[in-house]
Parts: sequence; C-alpha cells; structure tokens
Amino acid sequence: MLSSDIILYGWKSLKGYRSRTILMLLAMSISVASVLLLTALGEGARRYVTGEFASLGTNMVIVLPGKSETVGMGLSTMMGVTPRDLTLDDAQALTRHPAVTRIAPLNIGAVEVSWQNRKREVTIMGSTQEILELRHWKLLAGQFLPKTDWDRATPVCVIGKKIRDEIFGAHSAIGQWIRLGDNRYRVLGILASEGRSLDIDVEDVVIIPVASAQSLLNTPSLFRILIETRSREAMQTVVDFAIGTIKQRHHGEEDVTVVTQDAVIQTFDKILSALTYAVGGIAAISLAVSGILIMNVMLVAVSQRTAEIGLLKALGASSQKILILILTEALQLSLLGVVVGFILGLGGCWGIRLALPALQAYPPIWAMLASFIVAISTGLLFSLLPAKQASKLDPVNSLQGH
Amino acid sequence: MIKLEKIHRNFQVGEQTVHALDDINLQISQGEYLSVMGPSGSGKSTLLNLIGMLDHATSGQYYLNDQNVTEMNEQQEAAARNKHIGFVFQAFHLIPRLSARENIELPLLLAGIDSEQRRPKVDQALQSMNLIDRAHHKPDQLSGGQRQRVAIARATITEPSVLLADEPTGNLDQKSGADVIQTLESLNDRGITLIVVTHDSHLGKRSMRSLKMVDGRIESDKLADNTR
Ligand SMILES: Nc1ncnc2c1ncn2[C@@H]1O[C@H](COP(=O)(O)OP(=O)(O)O)[C@@H](O)[C@H]1O
Ligand SMILES: [Mg+2]
Repeated sequence: MLSSDIILYGWKSLKGYRSRTILMLLAMSISVASVLLLTALGEGARRYVTGEFASLGTNMVIVLPGKSETVGMGLSTMMGVTPRDLTLDDAQALTRHPAVTRIAPLNIGAVEVSWQNRKREVTIMGSTQEILELRHWKLLAGQFLPKTDWDRATPVCVIGKKIRDEIFGAHSAIGQWIRLGDNRYRVLGILASEGRSLDIDVEDVVIIPVASAQSLLNTPSLFRILIETRSREAMQTVVDFAIGTIKQRHHGEEDVTVVTQDAVIQTFDKILSALTYAVGGIAAISLAVSGILIMNVMLVAVSQRTAEIGLLKALGASSQKILILILTEALQLSLLGVVVGFILGLGGCWGIRLALPALQAYPPIWAMLASFIVAISTGLLFSLLPAKQASKLDPVNSLQGH
Repeated sequence: MIKLEKIHRNFQVGEQTVHALDDINLQISQGEYLSVMGPSGSGKSTLLNLIGMLDHATSGQYYLNDQNVTEMNEQQEAAARNKHIGFVFQAFHLIPRLSARENIELPLLLAGIDSEQRRPKVDQALQSMNLIDRAHHKPDQLSGGQRQRVAIARATITEPSVLLADEPTGNLDQKSGADVIQTLESLNDRGITLIVVTHDSHLGKRSMRSLKMVDGRIESDKLADNTR
C-alpha cells in the first residue's frame, strides 16, 4: 500500500467519524495550547522581572558594610566587634579603577520635613550627582544635585513627586526652602521616576548631598556604595578591586560585602525559569493524560470498526498493514491536534500581548518542541494498544459482527 | 486449482468440540461454477472462509494453485487473498464513509497500485457493473442490488481466479437477487471460478456442480446434467 494512500485512507476515516475526531482534537489541542500559554506567561514574567531589574541600573556593583557571613550571628558579632565604617574616602578610593564609570555613595535615614506649617516624616537619601544617571532616574522639573566635592554639605535637595504634592500642593516647589531636621534646604528639582528603587519609594524621598546627610543623620558611615562598571565583563574585576581596596584601607580586614546586580537578576531569573518549567511540565502532564482519552476513543473506534477491519483483511490486508493504518490515523490526528493547539496557543499568546504589552508573552522554543513531541508520542503511544487489538482481530468473527 | 485433503475444522465451545468441517476432501478446477447448499450450521460458511484463507483448518492440507496454504505465513496469505480471492458477502460489507468508487478501489489500494493505474480499472468495473452514474454515491444512497454489485466489482477488481459468494442474495429481493446471480454467472462465463453458498435450490440447479453439506460433511457432490 502506498504511503499516500495510507494517509488518505486515515484522513477519510477521520472525516468519516467527525464527532470522535473533533472530541480528540479538542482534548489534544487544548492541552497543547495550555502548554504554550502557560510557558509563554512564565517566560514573559521572567523577562519582565529581569528587565525591570536591569532598568534599575546596568552593570551595577554594590558595596555594603559588614561581611555577609558575619551578619547576624557571625564570629565578629559574637565577639562584640562591629564592622569598620564604610566612609566617603573609601568610596573615593574606589573611583580609581579604569573599569569604574560612576560611583554613588549612599546614606539613608528618616527625618521630619517641614515647609510653612506642613510637616511629615520622610525618607532622606544622601548621595551625589552621579546617582541620577546610575539609577536611570529622570527629573520632572528643575535640576538635580550639583556636581561638587563629595564632602561639601551644600543645603540643597531634590524631592519626589509625592512629597511635592503633599508639602507644596498647588504651590511651586522649586526654589523654596524646606526644613529637614534643624537645617534648611533649597529645592532644586523634582524627580519624575516612579516605583521602588533599593527598596525606597522614589516618589516619597528627599535627596540631599551625601555630606549633608551624614551630618543630618549624624553618622560617618555610608549605607551603600553603588558602582557602575564599564561593561558586564568588567564586573568581576571591579568586585575584586573593591574588596581588595577596602581590605587594604581597613588594615587587612575584609569587612565589606560586595554584590552585583547580576546576582540578584540571576536569582530571579532562576526562580521564574523554574516556575515556567514547572507550569510547562504540569501542562505537559495534562497533555499526556489526554492520551488516555485518545486511547479510550480509539478503543471504541476499533470496536465500531471491527467489520471494516475484517473486510480489509478479507481484501488482502495483513495484520501489519492494519496496524500501520490505525497508527497513521492516530498520527494524523495528533498532528492535527498539534496544529490546532499551536493556532489556539499562539493566538492566545497574541491576545495576552495585546492586553498586556508589558508582558512579552511568547512561548519559549523548548516548550513548543516539547509540546509537539509529547503530543505526537502520546497520540502514538496510546493508540498502540487499540491498533494492536485491531490488527489481531479474527476476520471471520469481525465480519459476522462479533 | 483448489484441493482440500482431509480437512477438519473444530471449534471449542466450552467443554464441547463442534466439528464444523469433518474430513472434507474436495477438488475444484479453474472456471468451475459450484453451488454449496445445506441446512444452517452445516459448515458452508466455514468451508468458504477456509478456501478464502480467512480461517484455518484444524488439520488437513489445502492447496491453492499448487501452493500449500497450510504452510503460508500471515503476510503471504494476505497477499494471496488479495491476488487470487474475491469475497462477496450477504451483508455487502461496504465501508459506509467511502463512495462506490472508493469501495471498489480498496483491493488495488492494498495491492500498492497507484491512483493513475487504478482509475481505468475502476472505471471499467463501474461500467461493467452498470454503476457509472453511482460512482460517487455512498453505500446508504444505493439500493441493495446496487450495493451488491459494488461489492462484486470490488471482489473482482484485482482479477482474482476465485470468487467466493456466501449467500449473496440473502439480503436482496427476488429481482435484484436474480440480477446479482446473473452478474456472478457472467463473470464465471469469462473464466472465474465461482463458488456460491445458497439456500436457493433453484440457483443450485443452474450451477455446473452442486455440493450438499450436512453436519460438516459433504453429503453429495453432483455434476448437473443441465448446462445453462
Ligand atoms: N467461531 C465459531 N465458534 C464456535 N462455533 C462456530 C464458529 N463458527 C462456526 N461455528 C459452528 O460451526 C458450525 C458451522 O457453521 P457455519 O459454517 O457458519 O454454518 P453455515 O454457514 O452452514 O450455516 C455451526 O455449528 C456453528 O455453530
Ligand atoms: Mg453461513
């Protein structure tokens, strides 16, 4: 029998048993579509989150005081040793590396802000002019902190949108003097950015020069040093350089922790990838389970078609040929299920992208491959038993309708 | 061309052994027209199925065109069935979702003949069965007589040497039955070996040779003196 005839024969019987075919197509295509949709959502979420992280700052290395192993119940804590301060001079020393493009020292604290008779508690951030670029922040109006020596405590500030709204209301904020603690600061600009950065709501923050913050908060130590490196590849060099430099400056004591933005992104990346694999896997299992439905329907189909199978044998079909006929039919059905499933799944992803453009919901290649392979092999595997049963039918009995 | 030697076919029904064929010895030559008669359950269908290689003897030897069928494997049997044997059943056994044309085409499909070569053969068969204008009808759109003619066309499309018909008129009215018998006989006239199981003693008399079976045995094997 020619393969084209085998395929055509299968196709005609799929058309002939329409409701059975549609039922199986539904089972298969919905499973395939759900694999594509779920993995596309997972993958989209992963890309969204890592993208958001990347937008916080590129190629960023962060230095924080204290060795991470000794945070909490480490040896030095138990011995009552507190880590040495991370100073502005330490930060200054880190600028001396060719791969370092920007450095922003950082202090964070909470003080009371007031203007005229309005006052409230606010988070202040002490830093330098560099942080604007380093964090990819934008200004809504006015100017950012001026470029000055880091240790100059100029009385100027930049405020978040929410502070502007709540303190100044309808008044113009730029040029006004606000009181932070005991000192007065002139408002230079307003931040346009939204959301959180370094766990701080940037709409609800007042940024002042780092030296001003240190005196306001009465601390000689920095909260963080943010370093932007020339390239992704240079990050590890800068990490080593930062650890080495600080260790040297702190009399051989390695009392800082240096992390990279990359490490954080990678963690999220891993979590969300695992999640995508998990939901993809679950959907693939449901796809395989739909194979049981296929097997049932195929078994019924074979019993409905015993007379046909007996006839084919009488006309000269061997058992092997019957097996091939039934398997081909199952394969065609599975292929059709995959095609319909891909149309549904990819169409669904397209719909999600229309509704949520931020979530780039494209199913990953591996998910497409896997759903294809699982669907085809499920279809084949679960029709093997019915096909075997059909091929073994006794022609005489089959023709008599037993 | 057909030679059965000491053929037994037993069926085990529970504790009991049914001797459907009991020591059958039979020779049929090319071109013969043989009718098989006998009461229900006497083994007529079993005999036909055995000759058609759909069933196998419990013991004994069967030669078809000097080939020992008993020694063939399943694939060889299937091929031989496709090539040498045509079946016509009481219940027609047409595939309902296929057109008359596609039903007739099936044995050629199974033989691996491509559609180019199939077309003229099927056209010819449709023509000779007077079914040209029914070629694209599904079985449920055909009358009983037409259905059986489609089945006969299908049985003879590979030009087999033997045509086996098990009560071919059993589901037909008088007129279409006679029509079908006429068709079968004309095929026999052109050389095919025709074996017909029938209840119709009238038909029995039309054949060259008439076999009467009782309880799995051949009770009589008569050559008719009347030639049609
Ligand atoms: N598959 C089978 N299993 C058990 N007994 C069978 C089977 N096929 C036929 N028989 C028995 O064999 C005998 C002959 O049957 P069959 O050849 O169909 O008779 P006929 O066609 O002459 O009516 C009957 O007694 C029948 O019951
Ligand atoms: Mg019978």
